[in-house]
Amino acid sequence: MDGDGLRLNMNGLDYLILALYFVTVLGVGFAARRAIRTSVDFFLSGRSLPAWVTGLAFVSANLGALEIIGMAANGAQYGVMTVHYYWIGAVPAMVFLGIVMMPFYYGSKVRSVPEYLRLRFNRPTHLLNALSFAVAQVLIAGVNLYALALVMQALLGWPLWTAIVVGAAIVLAYITIGGLSGAIYNEVLQFFVILAGLIPVTVIGLVKVGGWNGLMDAVADTKLGEAGLHAWQDTGSTANPLGAHWIGIVFGLGFVLSFGYWTTNFAEVQRALSAKNMSAARRTPIIAAYPKLFIPLVTVIPGLVALVTVKGLGAESGDLQYNNAIPLLMRDLLPNGVLGVAVTGLLASFMAGMAANVSGFNTVFTYDIWQAYVRRDRSDEYYLRVGRWATVAAVVIGIGTAFIAAGFSNIMNYIQALFSVFNAPLFATFIIGMFWKRMTALAGFWSLLLGTLVSLSLYLLYKGGVIHFNSDLEESFWGAGLAFVTAVVVAAIITPLTAPKRDEELRGLVYGIGGVDLKGDVLAGDAVWYRSPVLLGVIAVALAALFYIPVF
Amino acid sequence: MSNDGEPAKDPLIDETQAEQRRSAAARLFDIRRVIGGLFVAYGVIVTLIGVFDSGAEIDKAEGVRINLWAGLAMLAFGLLMLLWQWLRPAEPPAPNEQQPGG
Repeated sequence: MDGDGLRLNMNGLDYLILALYFVTVLGVGFAARRAIRTSVDFFLSGRSLPAWVTGLAFVSANLGALEIIGMAANGAQYGVMTVHYYWIGAVPAMVFLGIVMMPFYYGSKVRSVPEYLRLRFNRPTHLLNALSFAVAQVLIAGVNLYALALVMQALLGWPLWTAIVVGAAIVLAYITIGGLSGAIYNEVLQFFVILAGLIPVTVIGLVKVGGWNGLMDAVADTKLGEAGLHAWQDTGSTANPLGAHWIGIVFGLGFVLSFGYWTTNFAEVQRALSAKNMSAARRTPIIAAYPKLFIPLVTVIPGLVALVTVKGLGAESGDLQYNNAIPLLMRDLLPNGVLGVAVTGLLASFMAGMAANVSGFNTVFTYDIWQAYVRRDRSDEYYLRVGRWATVAAVVIGIGTAFIAAGFSNIMNYIQALFSVFNAPLFATFIIGMFWKRMTALAGFWSLLLGTLVSLSLYLLYKGGVIHFNSDLEESFWGAGLAFVTAVVVAAIITPLTAPKRDEELRGLVYGIGGVDLKGDVLAGDAVWYRSPVLLGVIAVALAALFYIPVF
Repeated sequence: MSNDGEPAKDPLIDETQAEQRRSAAARLFDIRRVIGGLFVAYGVIVTLIGVFDSGAEIDKAEGVRINLWAGLAMLAFGLLMLLWQWLRPAEPPAPNEQQPGG
């Protein structure tokens, strides 16, 4: 077996720290069990959670392994431009979700994102989206599981098979038992453990290279050069590390891809739907935007440090791939003790990602597929049981798809392609449907279907060598953009030819028709100015813009 | 029939909403206790490791007594979480006041 070069020198105390974490995670699952009596308790935490909990779970659900390992790798490969994934590629969309879209999601009491499509458009649109979401979730869960197992194998020397089964068993246990509350509570815990693991790596890394200025000087001398230190400067053309023009960054990444991911991905939105009232639901993604602003400090900076300090980083295969930036730093810089915390944080992040996929899947499967199309009018207890079995099924299928993922050489690009195919047309359909009440049910269906097909065709043509792009990333920007435009054009053509829905059917679902109550369930404490979603959102976006100044 | 505050109706959603009355969500424990507890434990373990760190460990971390500092930081964070919970305990959600329907 290869990979011995990455093996960490873990001692008993490090394993004690890891074991304590696993025990706590399972304990949270069991303790959450007593709060589950109905299906809403299981799938949406009884809509009872405070905003800071759902907000941290929201950001944690995205802090999967792919995110941490992948963004550190991007930091080493593309330099400072990686911050685009956070400041323009996430924060504005999260704020938009909270301020503009959440009133429709939470106010209409839908139990999932596909369910919104059922109410706004029709059942075929709903079924199309529910099925594609369910498939995408188990595929991504498999990718997360595989990535988890790879790290356990490389760092701890566990056999791949054992690592996959142990990881899956823990996630399975705490979600089947504790439901969404188990998942969300563990995500909040994971958020802090992940940070506790990454901060020491970053701090010691910076000490090693002589602080921020030392890092900047050193990066300028690497193969990235001066270009690796600027986010926008060379984006007038595609001659920059990312190979992306600013138009592509702003509209492809910042608008279509990012809005598509953050505003319509149920694995994320579900966290906000479990909030206790409208105000808390709207604040959920906005509270999440604040940690998101700072996460590049503990992903991109370690990536740059690894680029400077690890000789030969960037190999095509073996131990020195960009993906190993953070594990390599952990091996080189962390003594036993914080090493155990860092390994725990890394494993926590894999489980957070997979748990989000699994809890999104079981809800959509139960409410949107089973209840809507297979077995209607059963008791609530029946659907609660279905949900538990769906969780088991998701994890078992996830183990299967983990072995599929093992067959792909570059997982991150595969995921990006998935997002451009599924999320971009979905976002276009949503945003038109929410703001144009005339848009008809049939237009919704065809927008979604044709948008998806266009993006999928472009991806296949690119893979087949018929169309050329500078990078996989550029392909996904264009694929997303084209899918968006297609969905808009299709909606504009089909809508005038078909019959609209009546206004009463659209109440609470579409902008300008009424039926959305922003204040109805408000608690006394929610009226204070510092809990205003709009104010918090504006500050987050302003901070994102300010953060660009030192790395322009 | 429906007043201005009522969104469109759907039978599947209404069924689930009706079940809300039986919700046991109020029995959910406070996560701050768990976060605080785990971090206090981590803080104590890592701080102790830090106190007894040898020169080799400190050299590996570029001369920073990282175990000591990280341990103390985690301990402080854990205690703050517990303090927060102690000072501002979660108010149990009021038993479901169903909104007067249209």
